[in-house]
This record gives sequence, structure tokens and C-alpha cells, in this order.
Amino acid sequence: MSAATVPADATVEREARPPVEGRVPHSGWRVIAAKELGDHLLSVRFIVLLVVLGLAAAIPLYFAADLIRAAAPQASAAPAVFLALFTIGSQDYSFLRVDSFVAIVAPLLGLAFAFDAINGERSEGTLPRLLAQPIYRDDVINGKFAAGLAVIGVVLVAVIGIIAGYGIFRLGIVPDSEEVVRLVAWVAVTFVYVGLWLAFGLLLSVVVRRAATSALVGFGIWFVLTIFGGLILDIIGRAVSPLTGSTIEEQIGQAQTQQFISRLLPGQLYSEVTAVLLDPRSNPQLDLPGSLGQAQQAAQQIPTLLAFDQSLLLVMPQVVALVALTVLCFGLAYVAFMRQEVRA
Amino acid sequence: MTGAGAPPTEAPLVEPAVDATQAADAGRPEPVIRTRRLTKKYGTLTAVDRLELAVYPGEIFGLLGQNGAGKTTTILMLLGLSEPTDGEASVMGLDPAWEPREVKRRVGYLPDAVGFYGNMTGRQNLRYTARLNGLRRGDAETAIDEVLAQVGLSDRADDRVDTYSRGMRQRLGIADALVKEPDLLILDEPTTSIDPIGVVEILELLRRLVHERGLSIMLSSHLLTQVQSVCDRIGIFAAGRLIGVGTVDELAAQFGDGSAVIEVGLDLTSAADVKRAGTTLGAIESVDSVEAPGPGGATWRVHVRPADVERRVRQDILVAAVDKGLNLTALRPIVPSLDDIYRSAVERPPVKPAGLKRKSIDRTATRRRPE
Repeated sequence: MSAATVPADATVEREARPPVEGRVPHSGWRVIAAKELGDHLLSVRFIVLLVVLGLAAAIPLYFAADLIRAAAPQASAAPAVFLALFTIGSQDYSFLRVDSFVAIVAPLLGLAFAFDAINGERSEGTLPRLLAQPIYRDDVINGKFAAGLAVIGVVLVAVIGIIAGYGIFRLGIVPDSEEVVRLVAWVAVTFVYVGLWLAFGLLLSVVVRRAATSALVGFGIWFVLTIFGGLILDIIGRAVSPLTGSTIEEQIGQAQTQQFISRLLPGQLYSEVTAVLLDPRSNPQLDLPGSLGQAQQAAQQIPTLLAFDQSLLLVMPQVVALVALTVLCFGLAYVAFMRQEVRA
Repeated sequence: MTGAGAPPTEAPLVEPAVDATQAADAGRPEPVIRTRRLTKKYGTLTAVDRLELAVYPGEIFGLLGQNGAGKTTTILMLLGLSEPTDGEASVMGLDPAWEPREVKRRVGYLPDAVGFYGNMTGRQNLRYTARLNGLRRGDAETAIDEVLAQVGLSDRADDRVDTYSRGMRQRLGIADALVKEPDLLILDEPTTSIDPIGVVEILELLRRLVHERGLSIMLSSHLLTQVQSVCDRIGIFAAGRLIGVGTVDELAAQFGDGSAVIEVGLDLTSAADVKRAGTTLGAIESVDSVEAPGPGGATWRVHVRPADVERRVRQDILVAAVDKGLNLTALRPIVPSLDDIYRSAVERPPVKPAGLKRKSIDRTATRRRPE
């Protein structure tokens, strides 16, 4: 993704370089990514990652399996039973669902694998030595981003594979092709979401000089956004656009503004995408109706299953927004790093 | 001095100017490092101020300056790790601001306070550097073994860097700079935190490298004696400006205050003798002043002005001592050490060497010419 971004002057530089004998052509970011990947795989945080995502798989699966077993006979034609593995959990604890669990831990994992990427090198004194090697400066940040995304992605895919495999072999639920496509799309969006937090962690590691501070800031922001984010945006929304309109149309417009503000939260965007992609039945009224007529229409709508492309169409704005946020975060980290003095 | 292929001496540049450096280039090989009006500003602070510097192939050039004098900033600009505010630099004929990758491919750099990945072994750290330099696997292993042997770390190479002492890290840093087989080594404070014996080893290693590999080396330091012992030429840095360049002798001529000192050992018994000695020494032509020894001491210090008549004055002292029946036990001229040159250089503007009457340079003089 953004790893391929190279500033214009670096391109000039790339062209100007004559080949040197005895040296194999190499791309610095791959060497760095390979080394970082090795470090990650041997690190404590990788074990934490395995445990956390392992729990994400095991606990909800336990509950989901029971529920599906109970529900399946009654609804032999229940749509998308396979995807229910990811969206059904304990009835007592609503967050014990694979999708909710992933939504909670994805930001944490992204932060955990990036918060000390640059400032760690700085405090170890390895940054000047690293940058004195014949690589481009952005190779460092690109390589680290790629390594972080790769290690989280591999574990994520593995866990989802295990859940799917369990569903197929132990529960006998065979996915149809559309369900597979939906699952792949959901994983892709999850990658983007992890990438967003990874890029945010990178940004912090560039801007904040001490790794401990950057971790604290990152997790603090995650905590505030997760717990109070909705509340804060709700208050802002009401303050900016109170429902004071005299006609219903005005009120609808004001409500739409409120909804727009509530979507400034990346977690909100991600959960909307998840809900639509993983459940073809849900035809959630993602957008408030634009008029009274639309509202009436929506109320009379017969619930139907959405085709995948229709679901995708529904959440395309959210997906684009997530991608844009990720690119923005990575871009900020990139620019900050490129402009930073080596010694500071 | 030391080192093979010491370059021909260059007239010391008091006020560096483009014309002067270009004139000095005549008949010399293309410099490996050349800067023209190189300037770096951080906000209002000028870290490096219109620097004119030339380092020639096969020499060890020492950048001498206090902390914060602009040495590291200069080095970072030479490697393309920091962009100059103004002026330009050329390293191995390349502009580091435009071709940093090619410069960094050919220049080995030991940063100030070098760091390594503590969870990796010394060898793994070097392997990473080799891979970043695009060395082939086999070549890399050969090069790594060679440099580890050169810095004397072969037996600890497979231990984690966590377990290394600071001196070992420093040596690993030099190995790290060498692993890419550079043409030029830039070492920022290479001998800090190394014990005295280690320092001697490192300096010998540097000399050997110049000799065997035909490297050029630029090193920065604030440790004067080391710079003096290993460098062919020295540049003195103060407040972002290069205030003097040349060999130790040239710098002495440039920054000495125009006087020389002779130490005279006299074995005197009575107070009358002491008084007589004082008048005798003071009466010699060109003697500026005479310092009597403290209680219990026997060494007189004779200040001679101008400095270049010092040899004649020494002969006169010998003759006078014999004439007056003074018991002469020692007679030696004192050459200012780099320490003194440096101190006097940073303490006053370099433009006008004459006119200031300062004694500190004489009193602190320690290095004796072996004559």
C-alpha cells in the first residue's frame, strides 16, 4: 500500500545511481522488513499477540458453536450460517464475538507493534548507524510498517483460518462462495484497520521521543476513543447541530450532521463495515433517511438478503474513509520522519 | 608524523577563502572531502558557519573541537544525513545532498555514541549492515570475519551485544564502518569510553588501515593528545567555524603568541646565586622575561621573543652559565602542545596572531621536543 510511496526527489536520486560492481541490487526496505519481522517473531509482544488472538478465536467459538448447534435445526435455511461463526457469541457477554473482539484488539496490536519503531532505534543509538547505510530514509519506515502489518496479518489470517476450519470440520458448516468472499473482504478491511493503528503508532514513534511516552499516549488515545469517543462525538454532534428544526426535514438534516460527526471515529467506521460485510441479512439503515418519504419506505421494506456487491456498495464510503485515514496517518509519519534531524 | 603517504603540507588557512583553498589545490590529488561555504543553521543558531575544508586521499584528518563546536553536524552533512542550509559539500566527488546513497555506500561512518541491537550478536549486527549494503552472502561473511579480527572481537563475535562493554561496542562500531569496505572512514569520537590501552590499539588500527587499505580517515575528537598522535593534519573547530588547519607544527606557528620558552635547570645553593642567575638570564638579548623557580624547584623558565631566535638564546644561556660559573643541569626548549594551541586558538580570534601578551600558553606547555 503506501509503502510504495516515494517522494519526488528520491526518485531522481534513484535514477542517478550507477550500478556498483560486487554488490547485488537490493531494496533496503525488504532487508529492514526481514530483520524487523525476525525481531517481532522472537519478541514478547508476538506471544501476547498469539495469546490475544487465540483467545479471540477460542472463547467466542465456544459460545458460537453451541448457539449454532441449537439454532441450526430450526432454521435449516438460515442464511450465512458460516459467517455466524464470526458474529455470534455469548448471549451474556456481547463483546465475546470474533468480530467485536478483533475490533477491540486490532488497534492495540497495531499500536503494540509500532509505538517504539523509530524512537526505539533512536534511544538505542542505532538510528544514525542505520541511516548511514546506503538505503533511502523512507526504507526504514516502510520496512517497519510492512513488517508490523505482515506479522499481525499472518496471525490474523491463521486465526480466522482456524475458526473457519473448526466450523467446517467440527460443526459441518460449509461456506458457500459468497460467504468466503465476504470473509475475505472483511479480512482485507481489518488489514486496513490494523494498518491505520500501525501507522498511528509509527507516527507517535516518530514524533514522541521516548518509547514509554509514545506507548502511553497511543494507548491513552485508544482508550479515550473506545470508551468515551462515542460519547464525546455525541455531545459535539448535539452541540453543533441540535435537533431544533421546526419541520421534519430540518430535523432529518440536523440528525444527518450528527451522524456524520459520529462517523469521525475510525472504530465506528470499522464496526459499520463489519456489520454489513459479515451479515447479509442485516440491511442496517446505515444512513439516516434523507426525507420523510424515504423513512416510510424503509419501514415498509421487506427484509431481504443482500448480495455481496450490494453490501460492498453500502459500506464503500466507510471503507474509503478508513483507507484515507490510514494513508493520512502513514503520510504524516512519513513526512515527519523525512524531515526530522537524525541527531536530536 | 605518522602514516604512510602523508600529504604535502599545506599553508595554514587562517581566514578560509575560496581562492586560497583553490590555490592550495595545485599539484595535489583530488580531495576526498571538500566543502565550500558549508553552512548549517538551526533557527537562529549557526551550527556550522561557511566551512571550507579539504581532506586528501590517504591522510588522517582530525577535527578538533569542543562539544557543540559543530563537528557532528559537519559530519552529518558530509553523509547526506542532514541538509546544509547553504554551501555545498563533495565527498568522493559526489554531492551528499543529492546522492546520499552512493556516498553512504563508499563511506564508513562511526556515529558518536554508536548503538547496536542488544538482542543480536555482534556478528548478526554486522551481517545486517552487510545486507543493507547489498553484499553477497559469501562476501559478507568473509568481510565480517576479517573486520572482526581487525578490531580484535573475533572471540566475542557470537555473544549478544548486550553483554559487551562500551569499549567493545566502540570497536564493533569501527568494524561496522569497515564491513562495507569503504574508501573513506568518518569516525565521530572513535576513542571515547575506551580504556587507554584500547585507545592505543584503536589508533594503531587506524594507521594500519590507512597503510594497508589506502583508506582516508576523518575523525573528530575533543581528546587532543590522541588527535595529535594519529592525525596527519588537524582542523580546529570553534563555534561552527574552522579556525585553523594544518599539521601540529603549522598550527603552533599560527597560534603561538610569538614567544618561545626555554626551561633552564640550575643547581644553585645560595640566595646570592639565585639573584645573580636572574640578572644573568634577564640580560641575554631577546629574553622577554624570566620566571624564577618556586621554593625547592630548580627549573627556571625563560621567555624568548620573537620565537624564532630561541635556538640562539639557548646557546647564549649555555655560554653565560659557563662564564658566570652557574651550575647548569638542564636546558630544553618547550614546544607548545596541541592542547595549548587549541586553547589559545579557541580563546581568541585567529586573525591577528600578534599583539596579545598572554602567558597561559607558556605555563601549560608540557610537550618537550626530544633534542
